[in-house]
Amino acid sequence: MPQILDVHCLISRPDNYKNSIFMKILVCISKAPDTTSKIAFTDNNSKFDENGVQFIVNPYDEWYALVRALELKEAGGGNVTILSVGGADYEPVIRKALAIGADDAVRIDAAESDSLFVAKQIASYAKDKVFDMVFCGKETINFNGSVVPGMVAELLDVPYVALATKIEVAGNTATITREVPGGEEILEVNTPFVLSAAKGMAEQRIPNMRGIMAARTKPLAVEAAAAASASTEVKGYSLPPAKGGCKYIAPENAGDLIKLLHEEAKVI
Amino acid sequence: MSVLIYADNHGGKFPKSSLEAVSYGADIAAQLGTDAVAITCGKIDGDGGLGAAGASKVLVADVNTSDSQQMTRLVVAAASQVGASVVIFSHDIEGKLVAPRVAARLDAGLVPGATSLPTADFTVKKNVFSGKAIADIAITTDKKVITLLPNSYSVKSGGAAAAVESFSADLGAAGIKVKEVIHEGKDGEIPLPEAELVVSAGRGMKGPEHWGPIEELAKVLGAATACSRPVSDIGWRPHHEHVGQTGITVRPNLYIAVGISGAIQHLAGVNGSKVIVVINKDPEAPFFKAADYGIVGDAFEVLPKIIDAAKQFAASK
Repeated sequence: MPQILDVHCLISRPDNYKNSIFMKILVCISKAPDTTSKIAFTDNNSKFDENGVQFIVNPYDEWYALVRALELKEAGGGNVTILSVGGADYEPVIRKALAIGADDAVRIDAAESDSLFVAKQIASYAKDKVFDMVFCGKETINFNGSVVPGMVAELLDVPYVALATKIEVAGNTATITREVPGGEEILEVNTPFVLSAAKGMAEQRIPNMRGIMAARTKPLAVEAAAAASASTEVKGYSLPPAKGGCKYIAPENAGDLIKLLHEEAKVI
Repeated sequence: MSVLIYADNHGGKFPKSSLEAVSYGADIAAQLGTDAVAITCGKIDGDGGLGAAGASKVLVADVNTSDSQQMTRLVVAAASQVGASVVIFSHDIEGKLVAPRVAARLDAGLVPGATSLPTADFTVKKNVFSGKAIADIAITTDKKVITLLPNSYSVKSGGAAAAVESFSADLGAAGIKVKEVIHEGKDGEIPLPEAELVVSAGRGMKGPEHWGPIEELAKVLGAATACSRPVSDIGWRPHHEHVGQTGITVRPNLYIAVGISGAIQHLAGVNGSKVIVVINKDPEAPFFKAADYGIVGDAFEVLPKIIDAAKQFAASK
């Protein structure tokens, strides 16, 4: 059995803090190319071409995980810490998260080589801090994995709720709604736990000028990476085959569509 | 050595995505010259059809839990018992919940949402940038975990019946308590992520009271219904129908979009569809650039013609 991170001093809080409503929430954010970016590759299709690309906070991390964490803090008191694994080029998106309202931030200084590596960095940072909840977005819009939060939960040996659409917290118990096939499920879980946030959790917040000014001086610690190696390797990228073009059908002959779908496209 | 596949059991029936994962795992097992073993929870009839899909053995656990820690302990124990070097899930709700935990526990590299069989150096394809590009990703650890993107692999048939064994493991305590389960879909409705045919509509329908022809066309074709984000945001249609970057990603054989302009965020949720039909009265709608068939016209005049033709087609089958 491989070595699992030592979790004896894990995120459960000392007894004298148990009744405190002061919540500590860790929100993990990733950067992602703006949704309207042109997707192209360089170095013989081995690297994403960042030329002219605007990077944003991954929307699921920002709109849903971060904003809901801030709402919980505003309602019940607490602290929201941002955590990113990445190089110095991460700082603008971390400052954006601070401008939206997070209290402080930590950047683990390492290239995000793959999801297990990133999860090990997050778990290694979180394991000896007193966090009640770790929030992530349901996936990034560049790698669409939906993987890191579940890995973090396993490495910390705590419950994980994926694709959460609602969360309310009372004391150290959270009531969470999550998507299940054809509907939803309402769950109860005690802190500490990890959650991935999907649509429904919160609405996007635009940072105001005061937030942007305050973000400049909020603490942003840079920490060295824990020892870990990559478990996957991107060999190269390609673009999907181009569509053959649209075949138009005159509206008065719209019924011909069914014949074309059956005989030509062979999909019905 | 073996390949272990988690097959999600929906009340005694395996959804297509689970059968796809079993067939995919069986083909990997054949590549490696080893056996494909499926694990599932709850009651099944015989081998549940998993033998036909390619499994040589099915482990059945009498377990019903929403707790990802318990599910992880179950799958890891099964992987250990059958000596699995590769563990396969579907990239569905259960796979997204459990596979990352299993990978972390096994210290295994994970490729989520794979769309191809591994090559000799265990490189698989996966859609990235919300379907706008494809990455070739090699798993470099000894143990490997893959979640298979639904609708990207064909289900095999004709395999021999699988040996069925009951399986149990120490699952520990559940950290999660289920309070309530709410089913949004009507009985008999086709769940959107599994649908092979989808009829979707947007703001061009002008109001929720005009969805009759969309539902009728879907019914005649045996398709699921879907909608664009604005339509679910303003409450014309339920949220679970919202297709797009922030909603559900679908990869059906046929996606018919009516009155949807085709914003890039919507396209990101549908661009894995094999054939796209766009019906819009605006010839400049960006969706036509992604379409295979297009009709420039008023939905309320065009749809009745298509429904009539679809009814004749259905009657002739």
